[in-house]
Amino acid sequence: MDHTDCSSQHDQRHVGTSSGTPTPYRAGLTRRSFLRRSTAAVGGMAALVAALSPLKDLDVEDMFSVERFLQKHYKELSPEELEKVLERIRAQVERDYKFRPELKDIKATEGVQFVYGLNLSRCIGCRRCVHACVKENNQSRSPEIQYIRVLEIPRGTIDIEHSNHYYDRKEVPDPDSFYMPVQCHQCKKPPCVKVCPIEATWQEADGITVIDYDWCIGCRYCEAACPYWARRFNFAKPTYAQDDEGNYLLNHTMTYLSNRPRQQGVMEKCHFCLQRTRVGRLPACLEVCPVGARKFGDVTDPESEVSQILRSKRIFVLKKEVGTEPRFFYYFDERHPQTKTSAPTVTIEGLEPGGRTGGGH
Amino acid sequence: MNEYARFLWRCFRISFVGDWRYYAWMTVLTVISLLGLNAYCKQLVNGLMTTGMTDQVSWGMYIANFTFLVGMAAAAVMLVIPVYIYRNKELHDLVIFGELLAVAVIVMCLLFVTVDLGRPQNFSHLMRRFNFPISMLTWDVIVLNGYLLLNCHITGYLIFCDYMKREPRKMLFVVPFVLVAIVWAVSIHTVTAFLYVGLGGRPFWNSAIIAPRFLASAFSAGPAFIVLTLQVINRFSHYKIPRQALLTLRQIILVALTINVFLLVSELFTEFYTGSEHIASTRYLYFGLAGGYNTLVPWIWTALCMSSIALIILYLPLARSLRFFNIACLLIIFGIWIEKGAGLIIPAFIPTPLGEVVEYWPTWNETLICLGIWAFGLLLYTIFVRITIPVLAGKLTYDTDYVYKPDGPSAPASLESTAPTP
Ligand code: SF4
Ligand code: SF4
Repeated sequence: MDHTDCSSQHDQRHVGTSSGTPTPYRAGLTRRSFLRRSTAAVGGMAALVAALSPLKDLDVEDMFSVERFLQKHYKELSPEELEKVLERIRAQVERDYKFRPELKDIKATEGVQFVYGLNLSRCIGCRRCVHACVKENNQSRSPEIQYIRVLEIPRGTIDIEHSNHYYDRKEVPDPDSFYMPVQCHQCKKPPCVKVCPIEATWQEADGITVIDYDWCIGCRYCEAACPYWARRFNFAKPTYAQDDEGNYLLNHTMTYLSNRPRQQGVMEKCHFCLQRTRVGRLPACLEVCPVGARKFGDVTDPESEVSQILRSKRIFVLKKEVGTEPRFFYYFDERHPQTKTSAPTVTIEGLEPGGRTGGGH
Repeated sequence: MNEYARFLWRCFRISFVGDWRYYAWMTVLTVISLLGLNAYCKQLVNGLMTTGMTDQVSWGMYIANFTFLVGMAAAAVMLVIPVYIYRNKELHDLVIFGELLAVAVIVMCLLFVTVDLGRPQNFSHLMRRFNFPISMLTWDVIVLNGYLLLNCHITGYLIFCDYMKREPRKMLFVVPFVLVAIVWAVSIHTVTAFLYVGLGGRPFWNSAIIAPRFLASAFSAGPAFIVLTLQVINRFSHYKIPRQALLTLRQIILVALTINVFLLVSELFTEFYTGSEHIASTRYLYFGLAGGYNTLVPWIWTALCMSSIALIILYLPLARSLRFFNIACLLIIFGIWIEKGAGLIIPAFIPTPLGEVVEYWPTWNETLICLGIWAFGLLLYTIFVRITIPVLAGKLTYDTDYVYKPDGPSAPASLESTAPTP
């Protein structure tokens, strides 16, 4: 926008020669026109500066960092370069959140295929998984970001169009409803990966679809492409809870591709807690589930629990028709039907239902 | 080369000269552009939180305007077809006005995409790791920029030749490019439509009819805009637009609009009669959803009424009167802006794939950015036209000492009304 001083009447000379006859006078500037021109130019500049003035609050390090600008795509980084990048991020976390994180990069193990199963007969809709996930994966509290959405669906239908996302009960489960948590399904044919113009998101060898937060340009095309509404965008710089002494309540164990603090304007989503699962632990949402509705494991191992469930239970995947081949499936447990009598009742304390995420008014 | 630099310098100078109406118009546009820039700076600092977009409705007015404008840009070369295919000499100079419009509009498109990015500072990544040909967005980047270059070349070359009083080497430097540009115009459309159509998770978009409808609607809105522009040029400059041009354009608009309405009816029939799965989004758009979710309903019906009235006017002998023709054009532009912008983008997100209904309404800051980009685009186009007219009239050439006599276009009330007024 460099035509700021079009009002400056640069070529004042001939304006106003209303006779219409061309009178090109090439004489030097008269004093008056010089004054006028410079006033106009100064006015134009002032207007431009005023327009740009909000930039004074810009986080310059976030916006223009040479190191970041030159940083390569994750897949192109040599081990030394990666270590440098990790060190930069550690320093940045230290600057912003006053602690030194245990930041690593953990690669996928070849030959492992992670799969997640969710037992709809057991899930009681307590949303503990939602909150455990927020803590484990350092999601922003404001604007609020949650990877897991628990749908309350009236019994007698499995139509998610009739689900309630914001149920707010003193006690769960509601006897007339069942509950269906949804998170990233780590599709085998992920449409989100296909659409990303710059390969900022891709599928790893173990089946987890990850995002390079340093590479994403925040176009949100992947968010539009995901059929499970699994992706979340950082509409602002994330903010985190702090304790009374002002320490940030963040998980200090982080990896590059998963739960390190995100920046403003990038995409994120569930990554099967890869900082845990790639070192043999279980996802945070699974560990916290009070009724054991969640099962996770390596499907290539026939002895794993998920393999056994896949062999023996009634299972289904959400929106089979879109052809994404999810690695997240739902199943029913004939022996433990969640009925009014058999389901344990859990009181919700201090767990608020998920909010509307993202920007807004 | 030296001459070229001098040419550019003179172009730059001349863009600051005009009568008081020109100054008033340019000042208004500059002020709005600067307000938009200011709003964008705020967005840059605080993130897209400053917009009405959410995780539920993750694309809003930026992408809606972008979509509409892609159509406008492509339609601008519609003027070219009668000239080069049917060898209609009368319209010759008009090609330049059409293509200049394409240049200005593509710049607006690129701006709309840029302001939509969460991390524009990572822009260079597009050059360093390009997911081509898998991602439709990369196709769009290529076709839009290609189209921009093509049109810059054609117009720049023709205008410079006129300035140098040289006969342009048409067979070598113009005709092949123009032919490519025509095909290319269809491609920018198609690719942009495929951007949405290819998403299996969004049934509202996932329909084969979107791309043809896209073309039809653009080929009515684009020429309608040109019709108004040409009259503004006619009125405020010494340049006289042949009546033939307007008649040809009316023909194009009539056909395109008829096809558009026909496709719309087929689409609505398929959706509502079969009651297919993606009915929820369509129902949201036309009738609203239970629970008072009906923000878009008055808009889409306004758009439909506008298109219908315009169609009726065009079919009546009434359209021979310039005044009614202009009204029809205005109705078409505004109607299609709603239909192809907000009406095509936003309902696809409502309800979400998980059945949640969250509505979208742009914030003030977001609206200012949109207005700013529109103003900037009009500013560019005004400058282009301001430069072109004296060159075409043979007044501004390398050997004349063209006096910067005010004869440029000026504040046209009709242009202003195409700015988004949410
Ligand atoms: S669920 Fe969505 S985000 Fe996850 S892999 Fe599939 S398409 Fe991508
Ligand atoms: S938002 Fe980021 S990850 Fe998603 S498509 Fe755009 S660049 Fe790729």
